[in-house]
Amino acid sequence: MKFFICQIPARTFYLLVSLHPISITPVLYSEIKYLVGKEIMLELKQKYVLNGILLYLLSTVFVTYLAFEDAITPETWNSLFWIILLFVAVNGISKSFMQESPARHLYYYTIASPQAIVLAKILYNLFLMAGLSFLAFGFFLLLMGNQVVNMPLFMLTLLLGSLGLSSVLTMVAAIASRASHNFSLMAILSFPIVLPLLATLMKVSKSAMNSMDWSGLLGFLVILVTINGAVIALAYLLFPYLWRD
Amino acid sequence: MLKRDWYKYLSGFLLLYAVIFGFIVGIPDTMIHETMRNLFYHVGMWFGMMAMLGTGFVYSLRYLRKFDEHEDIIAVEAVNVGLMFGFLGIFTGMIWANFTWGSPWVKDPKLNGAAVGMFIYLAYMILRGSIDDVHKRAKVGAVYNIFAFFLWIVFVMVLPRLAGDSIHPGKEDAPVLPMHLEPSMRIVFYPAMLGWILLGVWILNVRVRIRKLQLKMEG
Repeated sequence: MKFFICQIPARTFYLLVSLHPISITPVLYSEIKYLVGKEIMLELKQKYVLNGILLYLLSTVFVTYLAFEDAITPETWNSLFWIILLFVAVNGISKSFMQESPARHLYYYTIASPQAIVLAKILYNLFLMAGLSFLAFGFFLLLMGNQVVNMPLFMLTLLLGSLGLSSVLTMVAAIASRASHNFSLMAILSFPIVLPLLATLMKVSKSAMNSMDWSGLLGFLVILVTINGAVIALAYLLFPYLWRD
Repeated sequence: MLKRDWYKYLSGFLLLYAVIFGFIVGIPDTMIHETMRNLFYHVGMWFGMMAMLGTGFVYSLRYLRKFDEHEDIIAVEAVNVGLMFGFLGIFTGMIWANFTWGSPWVKDPKLNGAAVGMFIYLAYMILRGSIDDVHKRAKVGAVYNIFAFFLWIVFVMVLPRLAGDSIHPGKEDAPVLPMHLEPSMRIVFYPAMLGWILLGVWILNVRVRIRKLQLKMEG
């Protein structure tokens, strides 16, 4: 019986790995490079999409600023910041697999591997989210004042948060794009799934509001890095199944 | 017949044993008094839910290897049974909490973990409902199920550390912890948990057979 129970994690791992052979080749790197370049070109060509997200961010922060005028404490600052960032991320990333036509996707499939496509999307969304989160921080500084004590820790949290939000939401966007009624589906699929990440991020950034103390945070940073790594690995393994019809 | 259905008899026997002896067995006198007996029934819902959602996860993985429709049916029905256990767990917990804490819902990591699990798997059902093509539905559902199960397990493990302290029993300083149970309670607790899990397997078996008959009738 004990032997059987010990077998379960090993069997699960075997099943997971046997889904797709893991191979990282120079070809993958060059494919990713071109695909990220394509995403950036596409974004610059359709500037209204990017401008729309920027305006969404700015107006959400402004509405919050007016609504919470007298009630900004470090705790509310922190909660508002991450909730606004979550909504901006869901809005910004949900278009990842929807703005191009299915025929165009079929074309990409013939010239690049699905792994390269998903990793390129995650990488591009990481740039997007990093930019948006620093911008959101700037607006918060401007309108609601600085509540951050431990700036290096907060910057690290922003970077890890951008990576985490981009990888989880890219994968959810890929799933939601396969179904009809995309937008509301994107929200109900992503909010509960993103919670482990968001809760850890809020915990770490809250301690950046309180003190310069780094002790006791290593565990949480390890959790963040682990979630990010595992989500990217899962996206790498599972995306090929979403891609094919 | 006994060879194939042994677990059904065992489940019935174990649950009957748990229901009778759960009310007879001696329990230590703690601040939660006789409500501690809820352990044999409420915690069983959690065990059943974990077993069923784990089954759904494994069958989703297996579906992606062979694309066998049969395995997709087992995966989705396992999640259905897991959801049923989850709701029963929340419901039995609410009755207990209303007596113990004076409110059916309190802010606690264990309760939030269960609630988030419900949201994740209800979203899974909505995702499946919004795709018409059978093969696409099975494939997308399997991918979401694997992804979601993993993140939910992380959430359940990480959440107590984030929240710091839980008032829900099952921690070192709380009065009830399955690992530190009184020997007299253990002889009821472990068989009861096995009984609930086997009951889940039984319900799953029936539901999968119904679904297959429905598929056959539709042609």
